[in-house]
Amino acid sequence: MSLVSLSNVSVRYGRLTAVRGVTFTLAEGEILFITGPNGAGKSSLLRAIAGVTPPAGGRIDFADHDITGRAPEDIARLGLSMVPEGRDVFGSLTIEENLMVGTGMHARERSWKARAANELEAVYATFPILKERRHTQAGLLSGGQQQMLVIGRALMTNPRLVAIDEPSLGLAPNITDQVYERLITLRAERRLTLLIVEQSSTRAMMVGGRMMLMRGGEILLDGDARALGQSEAMQAAYFGYGEH
Amino acid sequence: MAPIMQVVFDALSLGSLYALGALGIALIFGVMRLVNFAHGDVIAFCVFALLWPSVDAVAIIFAGNLPWFLLIPFTLAVGAGLSVLSEVVVFRRFRRANPATMMIASFALGFVIRYFLLMLFSSRPKSISLLPGLSQPVELLGARIPLLQLITILVTIAVLIGLTAFLRRTRFGLEMRAAAENFTMARMLGVRANRVIMGAFALSGALAAAIALILGSQTGTANIMMGASVMLMAFIATVIGGMGSLAGAVIAGFALGAIATVMQVILPPDARAFRDAFVYGAVILVLIFRPQGLLAARGTKERV
Ligand SMILES: Nc1ncnc2c1ncn2[C@@H]1O[C@H](COP(=O)(O)OP(=O)(O)O)[C@@H](O)[C@H]1O
Ligand SMILES: [Mg+2]
Repeated sequence: MSLVSLSNVSVRYGRLTAVRGVTFTLAEGEILFITGPNGAGKSSLLRAIAGVTPPAGGRIDFADHDITGRAPEDIARLGLSMVPEGRDVFGSLTIEENLMVGTGMHARERSWKARAANELEAVYATFPILKERRHTQAGLLSGGQQQMLVIGRALMTNPRLVAIDEPSLGLAPNITDQVYERLITLRAERRLTLLIVEQSSTRAMMVGGRMMLMRGGEILLDGDARALGQSEAMQAAYFGYGEH
Repeated sequence: MAPIMQVVFDALSLGSLYALGALGIALIFGVMRLVNFAHGDVIAFCVFALLWPSVDAVAIIFAGNLPWFLLIPFTLAVGAGLSVLSEVVVFRRFRRANPATMMIASFALGFVIRYFLLMLFSSRPKSISLLPGLSQPVELLGARIPLLQLITILVTIAVLIGLTAFLRRTRFGLEMRAAAENFTMARMLGVRANRVIMGAFALSGALAAAIALILGSQTGTANIMMGASVMLMAFIATVIGGMGSLAGAVIAGFALGAIATVMQVILPPDARAFRDAFVYGAVILVLIFRPQGLLAARGTKERV
């Protein structure tokens, strides 16, 4: 049973086509890395799925709903949590306030407050540093702490899919290690489906799972992360050898 | 020389008006990068909503005769209602337009409201007596000040405390603050854009109504242009305060009120007519040295 399914999705900015006819499905519980050089269209694809940049063509389904062209808040409410490139913390809000922003989507349900409190404790258990600094303004955190905050914030809504755009961007390798360690644990604990965008295939090969290579707005390769990562086809496709 | 306390109360009450006006502009600018020039016309509309339509010189007070405990909620509801209506009918269509386009749309909306009032009431200022009894003076700290001035200051303080509590303590306030900083991110967390924006418009409209009540009682006239002069100062206060920063808007509003009042006192009588020129001069100086405003708003990410 697929959780996400894209069919022939394209994204345009004026006359520039950033994503061309992308088609794939993602099963519940799967982990998928989308890698590819700068400008490949990875972020555009993720923003299209999250509803931030509506696709110019094609169809996107999530959790048995056609979400093509739906508003980002509606898509979020179906259980898709997006962590955009560049860690968009609300800098003037405290850590705890940042974490609470997303819990409003369950405010209609009974006992949502108790649930939000539970989620908060769960996130704090995963990222103890956030609990320590819970009343600190998020803008004052280091890059690594901000990355943990946005991942924690994405989890607060109890999502089915978490899509993360370049979690390692601007982080020291050992901090990136920590972030990934937590992600992998969380995925196991919660049966999360993960869609992670990274420029390089290094992380995908370490973590394992499925990997796709994107370049020029298209998916060129799709397969097992470790097998693909070592293949020559990957090298060739990434750098575009033998084309011209 | 006027007694010093007198000057202090004058400055505070004038600053209150500017602060309330600046808040109304900053609230909307914060969530949707719209500089709403129709805000002043919403103020005028609220005053005229208390009168029966007629082009005669004499005002026919209608809703304005309600006892204060009905008059105040009625006026606040009119302001909030008109403001929300302007969002639903006009501004929603411009959500994805650039800020200049939205600003022009707000000018146009302001003209529509103004000419609508003109049609129903003519352009002649009408004398009205709103909340009479508030003009009687009270003795306070050695100054004789009109009761209304005192109430204006107290109401403004109450509004500021209430708004702060609302923004800090409620779910909706949290969503508004998040949206003001980064609207797209807030939406990706399930925050409903339309609800937050309508909330901001409702609050802003209610603030306009509060100004309308104060101005109407203070001046004893209903004038189609009555919102415009407050609005200009309020707009300047939002710019000085750092567009979108609520605290900055309030501080700058009070500062402008103080500068204007003090200039009124210290300028030689011949120069008093040019008071506003001096105030604007001070504004230019502030902007030269702090172009981002006194308290720059933190969120600069793209909206909606
Ligand atoms: N908001 C935008 N407006 C115009 N062009 C954009 C915008 N965002 C991205 N692009 C262009 O789309 C292409 C793909 O960009 P992006 O999706 O950010 O790629 P990646 O995330 O893989 O680096 C690039 O050529 C980029 O310049
Ligand atoms: Mg990118």
